[in-house]
Amino acid sequence: MDILTAEFFQRALIGGALIAITAPLMGLFLVLRRLAMIGDTLAHVSIAGVALGFLINVYPVAVGLLFAIVASFAIELLRRTYRTYAELSIAIIMSGGIALASLFFTMGKGFNMSVSSYLFGSIYTLNYTDLWVIAVVTVIVLATVTLHKKELFLLTFDEDAAAVSGLPVKYFNIMLSILTALVISASIKIVGALLVSALLTIPAACGLTLARSFKQAVALVVIIGELAVLAGLWIAGESNAAPGGTIVLLLIAILIASIVAKQLRRA
Amino acid sequence: MDKSATLQQAGCHREIIRLDEVSYAYDSQTILSDVSFRIMERDFVGLIGSNGAGKTTLLRMIVGLTRPQKGSISLFGTPAGQFKDWNMIGYVPQRNHFNPLFPATVREVVLSGLYGRKKLFKRISKEDVSRCEDALGALKIRDLGDKKIGALSGGQQQRVFLARALINNPKLLILDEPLSGIDVETQQTFFHMIKHMHQRHNITFLMVSHDMDMVRSYLGQEPKEKSGKLSFYVRHSHDLEDCDGTDLLHSLRKEG
Repeated sequence: MDILTAEFFQRALIGGALIAITAPLMGLFLVLRRLAMIGDTLAHVSIAGVALGFLINVYPVAVGLLFAIVASFAIELLRRTYRTYAELSIAIIMSGGIALASLFFTMGKGFNMSVSSYLFGSIYTLNYTDLWVIAVVTVIVLATVTLHKKELFLLTFDEDAAAVSGLPVKYFNIMLSILTALVISASIKIVGALLVSALLTIPAACGLTLARSFKQAVALVVIIGELAVLAGLWIAGESNAAPGGTIVLLLIAILIASIVAKQLRRA
Repeated sequence: MDKSATLQQAGCHREIIRLDEVSYAYDSQTILSDVSFRIMERDFVGLIGSNGAGKTTLLRMIVGLTRPQKGSISLFGTPAGQFKDWNMIGYVPQRNHFNPLFPATVREVVLSGLYGRKKLFKRISKEDVSRCEDALGALKIRDLGDKKIGALSGGQQQRVFLARALINNPKLLILDEPLSGIDVETQQTFFHMIKHMHQRHNITFLMVSHDMDMVRSYLGQEPKEKSGKLSFYVRHSHDLEDCDGTDLLHSLRKEG
């Protein structure tokens, strides 16, 4: 029980609870726009940024964020060159990110330990700077999504119709890319770059099977995200398991449960 | 063509779309070359052409999704690049255009027809919600309002997208292959519904289709104009005395 009162664990809970709102939310938009794998790619590029941050001694999350934003623009650019092959641009940028990261890793062998905390997540080492970054990202994402929920719905449902009704589609696409980059760089320290994509996509996958309306889907992904992160942290803390991995496995368990629930409802 | 006759009824019949020598090529393959055409208010234009004739490209250029490489397009007398009143245009996309698993109700989809530039920083008002109900009522799909869009039949989905296009009380309705992928009986009902709207209301139609029979039955046997592989069939409706145009949804519902 004492782990719940430990300060590092409380920081983990707060950081986790905040990311569990924004990551599934952005993930829902990405999945519905058939860009599910973008999260994975941005996370891997972000890791290259984190490694560079350690190398040049700048706050790693900030460099990671910068890398993620640049990568999301590069993906948009490539996506326009290879129309209808969105996954191609995503794969190219992902390998580029991993290549860069491996270069930076070998350049600074001494920081291998700290980098691995970004690969698999180390939510227990969140410091107050990290918490502030996460809080600011949460506020930005929630404010933007609330302000533009109508437009984001239309853009996600039917991009052409959004353009025909005079919405600045290009501006909204850039906005979504930046928000995604923000969320991913803020969450890699929590679940780790290798697992970030699970927190983005699995709640959305549950939402697709269970929700009957868009409003419901939005509520559902956030609830599922919170459930998995908070319960996962608690289970991991009690049993001394890896928190990132526990959260992701819980998410998969929830997904299986929701698919089964859907089958039962139909029967 | 009898120009004086066209001019005589020009009182309330302004130019809705004007294409001037529009050309487009994709990877050095010419898709459209020097297409010129005018669509007047209350015209029903059927745009017919085989696959790859450039129908969709032309449509995308008219609604501003693609820019012509040569030539110019005006909408309601304004060059398309400066056109701002997109709420005057209703757009019904091809039916297979959306993700069938998308978690959205019919009501959410119809309401999204209002989310344009004018509504950018505004909330959904009570009036918006009642317009949505009117649109559902006009197309007789109110009982489907809370259903998931992907769970509906093709014909029902088509009505939903038409309701979304009508919620803004548009002056121009653009339909991209509205008859494809639904059974013949539903096609006829749907086409009858649009014909009825054309005859009774102040709307101009541009419909892309490859279904010759249905188009010819209403728009006549011969195209008014041909350009490359594209044919424009036109029928003008001037039964309506009142050019000001009433609120479409209300009158549609009254006729209901």
